[in-house]
Amino acid sequence: MVKDTNVTREVMEEDRPQKGGPGWRDLPVGAVIAGGANSAKFETGDWRTLKPVHLPDRCIHCLLCWVFCPDMAVIVEEGRVVGFDYKHCKGCGICAKECPSKVNAIDMVPEGADDAERSAVSEYQGKEDPVDDAKGTGN
Amino acid sequence: MTTLKELATKGELFSAGHRACAGCGFPQTVRLVLKAAERPVVAAVATGCLEVTSTIYPYTSWGCSFIHNAFENAAATISGVEAAYRALKRKGMEGEFDFIAFGGDGGTYDIGFQSLSGAMERGHNILYVCYDNQAYANTGIQRSGATPRGASTTTTPAGRALDGKPQARKDLTAIMAAHNIPYVAQAAVAHWKDLVTKVQKALAVDGPAFINVLAPCRLSWAIPPEDTIDVVRHAVDCCFWPLYEVEEGRWRLTYRPRERKSYVDWLRRQGRFRHLFQPGREELLKELEREVEERWQALLARTQSA
Repeated sequence: MVKDTNVTREVMEEDRPQKGGPGWRDLPVGAVIAGGANSAKFETGDWRTLKPVHLPDRCIHCLLCWVFCPDMAVIVEEGRVVGFDYKHCKGCGICAKECPSKVNAIDMVPEGADDAERSAVSEYQGKEDPVDDAKGTGN
Repeated sequence: MTTLKELATKGELFSAGHRACAGCGFPQTVRLVLKAAERPVVAAVATGCLEVTSTIYPYTSWGCSFIHNAFENAAATISGVEAAYRALKRKGMEGEFDFIAFGGDGGTYDIGFQSLSGAMERGHNILYVCYDNQAYANTGIQRSGATPRGASTTTTPAGRALDGKPQARKDLTAIMAAHNIPYVAQAAVAHWKDLVTKVQKALAVDGPAFINVLAPCRLSWAIPPEDTIDVVRHAVDCCFWPLYEVEEGRWRLTYRPRERKSYVDWLRRQGRFRHLFQPGREELLKELEREVEERWQALLARTQSA
């Protein structure tokens, strides 16, 4: 996901249908959604069972993970991968698979694994402890 | 020459939060097509997974103008929009636009075929992009004209009576080339640069253009979600899905596999062909391989004679 997009990422509760709220007569003519591209307010991150973890030390910023991500969930700033948008990542693992095999800068770890479990997973895979996502990726 | 860094700095016209399955093949396709367009886009989408997952009210994933369609008429709608635009332009309206229709293989090969054929024949300045996942995936994986022979679907289930779909796949890209329109191409989601170049060429021509993009449905192909891109790469490398373009009637391969992979291995990777690897299907497998080889040779002949 490009950072300077005009889409707000906050969930706006008033967008969602509510009991006792406006009825169908209050919809705009043709149910037009003005503005567009507002689905980013809908979070699909809770579908995930495996979670990608970015290893910045190994990353060569080829952006192949970015181009093949179906959920625009790889955050790129100034041509560099800086992390994942965990609010939308569905955990398909395409990014980890498409990361060049000699680079291997993305680990898939079980969702909800705490730091101890996570390092156990990396140990099992013979890698160094992945860096915790310090940069506002939402988790 | 487009680089990924350049594409990454362009804004997103297809936004996250769509409800396509994890590991789906079309969001990347749509996003690359929209990023390749230089002018503001007007999009029409035939009913299918793409439409129903990206336009769930009150949300939309589309950052460009978007028109809802029934299953069969995305091409008719976009040609009408283009005609209206030309009429308004004669009356002094300013601005240039790209008119792009998207459809799945069901809405393109079969149900939307007559409106697509008509729109192409009338010569509208439009681009039609088919994301081909080789089945009616949205309604529960029924066979379509794009489903390859031997694939198990819910309407051609593999079992005692059937070894998956008995009929061969329609070659829609060639059918579109037979419309003698300025630009027709076959692309794949795994080859992003090839796809972006083809979209740019298609939008640059004055007249109708058609691009057929292989974009898997991981559910109906029965592959692990992370395999989506790699399995497409395999399809291209085994010459099942060659990448080529037909520019003003000239056929040209845009990619030739360095090392040809096995078509049977490609089938083996996918659960929809699992039954073909039970004993007694050896002849059928050979036949399927022969069919791919014949189509590849026919394509080579076309590209060499041009």
